[in-house]
Amino acid sequence: MATASAPTPAHVVPPSDPPDARWPLRPPSRVPRAFWWMVLPAVAIFFVFHTLPVLQGIFFSFTDYAGYGTWQFVGFRNYLNLFGNDRIVHSYLFTFQFAIVATVLTNALALTIAMGLNARIRLQTTLRGLYFVPNVLAVLVVGYVFNYLFSNSLPVLGQALGVEWLSTSILANEDLAWLGIVVLAVWQACAFNIILYLAGLQTIPGELYEAASLDGASTWRRFRSITFPLISAFFTINMVLSLKNFLQVFDHVIALTNGGPGTATESISLVIYRGGFQGGEYAYQTANAVVYLIVIIVLSLAQLRFLQSREADS
Amino acid sequence: MADTMMGRGVTGTGSRSGRRLRRRDLAEGKVSWPLTILLVLGSLTVLVPLYFTIVTALKTPAQLGGAGFGVPESWTWSNFADAWRLTNFPQAAGNSLLLTVGALVLTLLTNSLVSYAIARQMANHKVFKGLYFYFVSALFVPFPIIMLPVVKLTAQLGMDNQIGLVLLYTVYGLAFNIFVFVAYIKSIPIELEEAARIDGASTWAVFWRIVFPLLAPMNATVAILTVIWVWNDFMLPLVILSQRDDLTLPLTQYVFQSQFNTNYTVAFASYLMQMAPLLLVYVVAQRWVISGVTRGAIK
Repeated sequence: MATASAPTPAHVVPPSDPPDARWPLRPPSRVPRAFWWMVLPAVAIFFVFHTLPVLQGIFFSFTDYAGYGTWQFVGFRNYLNLFGNDRIVHSYLFTFQFAIVATVLTNALALTIAMGLNARIRLQTTLRGLYFVPNVLAVLVVGYVFNYLFSNSLPVLGQALGVEWLSTSILANEDLAWLGIVVLAVWQACAFNIILYLAGLQTIPGELYEAASLDGASTWRRFRSITFPLISAFFTINMVLSLKNFLQVFDHVIALTNGGPGTATESISLVIYRGGFQGGEYAYQTANAVVYLIVIIVLSLAQLRFLQSREADS
Repeated sequence: MADTMMGRGVTGTGSRSGRRLRRRDLAEGKVSWPLTILLVLGSLTVLVPLYFTIVTALKTPAQLGGAGFGVPESWTWSNFADAWRLTNFPQAAGNSLLLTVGALVLTLLTNSLVSYAIARQMANHKVFKGLYFYFVSALFVPFPIIMLPVVKLTAQLGMDNQIGLVLLYTVYGLAFNIFVFVAYIKSIPIELEEAARIDGASTWAVFWRIVFPLLAPMNATVAILTVIWVWNDFMLPLVILSQRDDLTLPLTQYVFQSQFNTNYTVAFASYLMQMAPLLLVYVVAQRWVISGVTRGAIK
C-alpha cells in the first residue's frame, strides 16, 4: 500500500502566477493549482475510509482488543494462534479449493462460450444479451433460488434418475456442499467474463483466420496459434480478477449454506465477519484479515508474473 | 460546437465500424447452425432458474412439490401482495433506489474529475503518478481487512446510514473507475483543452464544459457497473447499516429469510421483486449495456 502524502497546494504553486502562465503549452512543467484541488478532497476521503482502516486493522492485529473496552499489545500472539486454529485453517483450505476450481471453470466456460458467440451464428445479439443476464442479478438473491433448487428440485430429479448422490440435498452433504457454491459462483461470474473475452476476440482481425484456413489449419490449431496468443492479455486479467474475487466469496455462502453443514463451507470472509462482529474476536480476526490481505496480494502478483511470462513466450 | 462534434466522433465511429464488421462476417461465411443450437441450449442454464423463480412466485404452497418446474394451473398473484406487506417493500425499494442514484451521481461527478487531474498530470509530476498507483492498488485490498475498522469509524461519525453508504460506494469505486477513466482520458487529444485555455477558460471550466461531455461513453460504462454493483450489493449494507428502516432490498431478503421459512412462494415473489427492476432496465437497454461493459474492457 503506497501512502502518498497529499501536498498542500500553496507550497507547490506560487499564488501570484498570472493567469496566462498557469498552464503553459508544451512542455508543461508546472501543475496548475486547480489540478491539486481536484484530487485533494478525494485523497483525503479515500485515506480516511480506505487506507486508515487498513492501517488500523494492522495495528489492532497486534493487540488483544475485543472491539470495545481496553486493550494491550500482545505481539505476534494472534498470528501464532491463527495457525493452530482448525476452524481458521479449514476456512483457508475451503476458500482456496473453491476459488481455484471456480476460477478454472469460469474461465474455461466463459472463453468457450465467448468463442461460440463470436462465430457466425444466428440470434447473435439475443444470445449475447441472454448470457449476460446473471451479471445484473444479486448473488444473494439468486443464491436463495439456487438454494431451493439444490435442496428441493434436484433431489427429486436425482431420485427419478436413480442418481444416489443427487437424491438428497447436496447442500446438506458435508462433502458436496462446496460444489453447490461452485455452481452458483461460476453461473454468475461467467456472464461478465464472457463479455470481457468477447471484447478480446473482437480485436482479432478476421484476415488472420482466413489466412489460416487457406493454409488448412485445424480448429484447434487456429485456437492455439491465433486466438489464444492474441487474447492472452484478456486471459491474464480475467484469471487474476476471478481468483481475487472468488477468494473473497461471501454472499454465495450466506445464501446457500450459511457456512454449513457444521463449518464445512465457512469461507475466510465469513469467519472474519462472524468472529469479528459476533464473536468478540476483533483483534484476532484483524490478524486473520492481514494474513488474508498478504495471501491475496502474493497470489495475484505470482499469477500476474506467471501468466505474463507465458504471454511473452507465446 | 467543437465539443459536440468531437462527442459524436468518438461515439459514432465505434458503432459504425461494429455494424460494418457484422455485415461483412455474415456475407462472407455460412451461419453455423449446430453452434447456434448448442448456444441456445447453453442459454437454458440462464433461463431455467429465471423461469423457475417466476413460476414458483405464482404458485400456492400446495402447488409446490415435485421438481417444481411445472407451470401452475392457476396463477396466485397474492404472493406479491403478501411479500410487499411482509417485507415493507416500498421502504426497502426506496432505500435501494436512493442509494443507487446517490452513489451513481456522486461517482460520476467526482471519480471522473479525479481521474482527469491524474491523467493530465501524471506525466508532469510524480505525486500524480504516485496517486494513480495509490488508488489503483486498492483493487487488491480485500474488503474484510477494512470491514472491522470502517464499521467502527462510520458508527463513530454517525454515518452508519444511507449517506455513509453513498460515500463509501463512491470511495471504494475509485480504484477501478480511475483505472478505466485515466486510460480513456489519455486517448482524448489535449489540443482541444489547450485551445479552450487560450480562449481564457479556467481549468475547472475546461473540465466541465469540454472534457466531461467527451467522457460520455466512459461515463455510461461506469454508470452501468456502479448501478449493478450498488443495487445488488449485500455485504456493505449488512455491516454498515444499523437501523431497520434503512434496509436495502438484498438485505431485506436476508433479514426475512427466517420469516419466509417454509413459505417459499411468498419468498420467491419477494426475490422476483428485487430482481425485476434491474432486469427490466436491462431488457430495454441491453445493447447499450453490453457495449458499455465491452468498452470498459478494451480501455
